[in-house]
Amino acid sequence: MEVRGLDRLICEHPFFAGSAPEHCELIGGCARNVRFDAGQYLFREGEPADEFFLIRHGRVALEMMAPGRGPLRFLTVNAGEIVGESWLVPPYRWIFDAQALELTRAVSIDARCLRQKAEENHDFGYEMMKRFMAMLVERLHAAQLQMLDVYGSDA
Amino acid sequence: MVPFVARVRARRRETRDTWTLAIDAGGLKFQPGQFNMLYAFGIGEIPVSVSGDPDAPGPLIHTVRAVGAVSDAITRLKPGAALGLRGPYGTSWPVAESRGNDVVVVAGGLGLAPLRPAIYRLLAERSRYGRIAVLYGTRSPADILFPREIETWRRQRNVEIEVTVDHADRIWLGHVGVVTKLIGRATFDPDHTVALICGPEIMMRFTATALKAAGVAPERVYLSLERNMKCAVGQCGHCQFGPTLLCRDGAVMRYDRVQPLLTVREL
Repeated sequence: MEVRGLDRLICEHPFFAGSAPEHCELIGGCARNVRFDAGQYLFREGEPADEFFLIRHGRVALEMMAPGRGPLRFLTVNAGEIVGESWLVPPYRWIFDAQALELTRAVSIDARCLRQKAEENHDFGYEMMKRFMAMLVERLHAAQLQMLDVYGSDA
Repeated sequence: MVPFVARVRARRRETRDTWTLAIDAGGLKFQPGQFNMLYAFGIGEIPVSVSGDPDAPGPLIHTVRAVGAVSDAITRLKPGAALGLRGPYGTSWPVAESRGNDVVVVAGGLGLAPLRPAIYRLLAERSRYGRIAVLYGTRSPADILFPREIETWRRQRNVEIEVTVDHADRIWLGHVGVVTKLIGRATFDPDHTVALICGPEIMMRFTATALKAAGVAPERVYLSLERNMKCAVGQCGHCQFGPTLLCRDGAVMRYDRVQPLLTVREL
């Protein structure tokens, strides 16, 4: 029953909108519900990236520690979005911190489990890659705009 | 073309490099989106959009960022100081024309200042519009313009307000990321939406593209363009932008009319 419930949650999440039910089922087999209180970390830089999160409610801040400046927030992720892409490529380590800014409910996907299923079923793996690639390109474009500092005095 | 002498009544610091001046200008009227030429005597003249309420009596409100010799001199003017002023010039935001529609206002950085008169008028006639969303992106929490007023709009009016910054420290609990990301969060009917955009040109280009992807037709999107304005009356040609002169045909222009020009590098 719980697994079927997770399938539904996954299929209803905007990131997986339009996914084939059998793909949601495959993902659901690697999923569990998680909850983070405000201030709690989903993960810290350097830790193994062995899962990612479909945010259902709440908001998560992505931060990097800068020497002498403290943690710098570079992105917030809201309900309907994804936290975590370092699980996709070796060495599977987080390169930033993710902290819940408010009570956050998410579906955690076990990355090893999902990678294994993607290896076994390349159609599924390709579908996953297409979805993550679209998100990565969108975030890359956003990062480029942020890097340009278009609101600066000399912009 | 000849400026008249106006006097600064009050000056308020908004951010590290941006000031708002209240200028006694003899009750000069303007439409949201229009600009005046402000002249720092002996230094030079620059175009500055009016950032105050178009329906409020009293001084003209201009918000100026100190980025060059003239703007720096203008932001240093103290109450009682004189400056030259001529205007208002240029086209205006289609506020009245948007009645009956949803309105999405997207501001980037100092771009909130030229949009503020339009927001005042939208709020003054709130019942004439559908949903109103104000989406504002800026560099950091310290660079947010008019923060108290934004909170007032958020609390008192039936308006969706979203603010995002490019980067922040831990004190900031709001959005971090580019302003285009807020478009997906806003609620509006794309077929009945008018969008007003003002900010750095690259931000406006990406915002207009995101609005188009969200289903808003380019002819329903307006942006405020900026070039090197000198005469402000379409005579000198300094602000030529393809076949248009921005001081005369702009600064507020419809996106479908300028879209092809925005990617011409030589312009």
